[in-house]
Amino acid sequence: MNDKKKIITGLAIFLFLFTLPIWYNLVSATSAPEPELSAKAKAAKTCVRSKEYMVAEHMQLLDVWRDTVVRTGERTYTNPDGKQFNMSLSTGENSCIGCHVSKADFCDKCHNYASVNPYCWDCHIDPKEKK
Amino acid sequence: MNFKYLYSLILVIALFLIAYAGVEMAGMQFVFGILVPYAAVVIFLWGFISKILCWANSAVPFRIPTTAGQQKSLDWIRQNKIDNPSTTIGVVVRMALEILTFRSLFRNTKMALHKGAKLIYSWEIWLWVGALAFHWAFFTTVTRHLRFFTDPVPFPITLLEKADSFFQVGLPLVFQSGIVLLAALLFLFLRRLLEPQVRYISLAADYFPLFLLIGIALSGILMRYFIKTDVVAAKELAMGLVTFQPCIPETVGSIFYIHLFLVSTLLAYFPFSKLMHFGGVFLSPTRNQANNTRMQRHVNPWNYPVNTHTYEEYEDEFREKMIDAGLPVDKE
Ligand code: HEC
Ligand code: HEC
Ligand code: HEC
Ligand code: HEM
Repeated sequence: MNDKKKIITGLAIFLFLFTLPIWYNLVSATSAPEPELSAKAKAAKTCVRSKEYMVAEHMQLLDVWRDTVVRTGERTYTNPDGKQFNMSLSTGENSCIGCHVSKADFCDKCHNYASVNPYCWDCHIDPKEKK
Repeated sequence: MNFKYLYSLILVIALFLIAYAGVEMAGMQFVFGILVPYAAVVIFLWGFISKILCWANSAVPFRIPTTAGQQKSLDWIRQNKIDNPSTTIGVVVRMALEILTFRSLFRNTKMALHKGAKLIYSWEIWLWVGALAFHWAFFTTVTRHLRFFTDPVPFPITLLEKADSFFQVGLPLVFQSGIVLLAALLFLFLRRLLEPQVRYISLAADYFPLFLLIGIALSGILMRYFIKTDVVAAKELAMGLVTFQPCIPETVGSIFYIHLFLVSTLLAYFPFSKLMHFGGVFLSPTRNQANNTRMQRHVNPWNYPVNTHTYEEYEDEFREKMIDAGLPVDKE
C-alpha cells in the first residue's frame, strides 16, 4: 500500500501553481508600456535629469524634492546642467505634471504595467484627470 | 572551530562574481537572462518531479499511532482531536497547523547543565520565531514577485503589495517582507555560527542555502533601494520568459542579472538539497496519518499469506466432540 494517488494529485496542484504565470498570460494580452511624451515635453527635449536616471530613480528624486520643499521651503531645483525646475509634483509649468501634462498617458502607463500605485495622488491632484 | 561556512560563503561570492563578470565584461546577457533561467527551471521541475515520484513509491503499510495526544478511546476519555486525529478532517487540521505554523518546531526544547550539576530542559522558541519569520517573508516576497510575471497584475497581488508597504516609508516604498526576509536569514545564519552545538553539526550544505538566500535578498534589496535599475525593462525580460518570447531589454542593469542568476542557482540546487523538505513536509508519516487502527484494519501488503484457523472455525470443527466432553461452546 502506498499513497501514490494522493501524492500525485498534490504534485499536480503544485506544478499548476508553479506554472500559473504561463497559463495566466495565455489568456491576457501583454505589451510593454510606451509612456506618451506630451507636446510640451517634446519641445523641452530633456527631462530634469538624464533619461536613464529618470527611468530608474525618478521616485527618489521626488522624495528629495518633497523633503527639500517641506523642510527648507526651497522650491527651485537646479540640475547638474544648470537648468532650473519647479520643485513640484504638479504645480506650475516646470513641474513633473506641468511638463508631462497627463498623468494617465505618462506616469500611469508604466505604473500599471509594473503594478505601482503611488499614494501621492491621494492629496496631490492631477488637474487634467477630471472627466 | 568548524569553518565549513567558508566554503559556502566563497561559493556564493563566486556565483555573484560570475554573473557580474559575465554581464559586465563578457556581455553575456543572453546566457544569464535567458539560457540559465530556462535551464534552471527545467532542472528544478525535472528534479522535483522525479524526487516526489520516487518518494511516492514508498510503502505506507500501517498507521503510526504514537503522536502527542490522547487517542480516540472510550466515550468518557476526551480525545485530542488535533494531535491524535481519527478522522481525515483532524489530519487536515494537524497538517495545516504543521505546515503553516511549524507546530512541532514550536515545541522545541533545549537541554543544558544548570550550574554545572543539574540537567534542565527549557523551551527554546527562537528557532521557531526565526524560521517562521523567514518562511512567511519568503512566501510573501515570492508572491509579490508575481507582479513581474503577470500582466495585468491580478488584484490579490496588488492588495498584498499595499499591505506589505503599509507603513509608507521612503520612495520607492519599503516592503516589510523583504527586510524581514534578510533579517531572519541573518539570524538563522548567526544561530548556526554562534551556538557551539549547532555549529558542530552544521555542514557546508547547511550554510549554502542560507548564503544563497542572503545573496538573493541582498541583491533584491540593493536593486530596489540603492543600485536602481529599469524595473519596466526587468519586467519585460521576465514576461518574455513566461510567454516564451524571450527578449533582452538593453536598459536592465547587471544587478538584475546577479539577482536572477542566484535565483536560478537556487532553483537548480533545490531538488537535490535539504530544501526538498518543502515537498517532504507533506509526507511526514507522524503527521499525515489518521490514527484509526482501532477502527480499520490495515494489512501490510507484502505479508506472506498466513493460514489462519479462527476460534469460530475451530469450534465448528470440534463442536460435537466438545459438547460430548462437556466443554462450553459459544454456539449450540
Ligand atoms: C521640462 C519638461 C520636463 C519636466 C519638468 C519633467 N520631465 Fe520627465 N521627461 C521630459 C522629456 C523631454 C523626457 C524624454 C527624455 C528622453 O527621451 O531623453 C522625459 C522623460 C521622463 C521619464 C522617462 C520616460 C521613458 O519613456 O522612459 C520619466 C520616468 C520622467 N520623465 C519622469 C519625470 C518626473 C517624475 C518629473 C518630475 C520630477 C519629470 N519627469 C519632469 C520632460 C520633462
Ligand atoms: C497626506 C497628503 C500628501 C500625500 C499622500 C503626499 N503629499 Fe506631497 N505634499 C503634501 C503637502 C501638504 C505638501 C506641501 C505643499 C506646499 O507647500 O506647496 C506637499 C508637497 C510636496 C512636494 C513639493 C511641493 C509640490 O508642489 O509638489 C512634492 C515634490 C511632493 N509633495 C511629492 C509627493 C510625492 C512624490 C508623494 C507620493 C509618494 C506625495 N507628495 C504624497 C501632501 C501630501
Ligand atoms: C518608464 C516608466 C515610468 C514612468 C514614465 C513613470 N514611472 Fe514612476 N515608477 C516606475 C516604476 C517601474 C516604479 C517602481 C520602481 C520599483 O519598484 O523599484 C515607479 C515608482 C514610482 C513611485 C514610487 C511608488 C511606490 O509606491 O513605491 C513614484 C512616486 C513615481 N513612480 C512617480 C512617478 C510620476 C509622478 C511619474 C510621471 C511624471 C512617473 N512616476 C512616471 C516607472 C515609471
Ligand atoms: C527565490 C525567489 C526570489 C526572492 C527570494 C527574491 C527576493 C527579492 C527581494 C527581497 C527584493 C527586494 C524588494 C522586495 O522586497 O520585493 C527583490 C527585488 C527584485 N526582484 Fe527578486 N527575488 C526572487 C526572484 C526573482 C525573480 C525570478 C526575478 C525575475 C524577474 C526577480 C526580480 C526582481 C526585481 C526586478 C526586483 C526589484 C524590484 C523593485 O525595484 O521594485 N526576483 N527580490
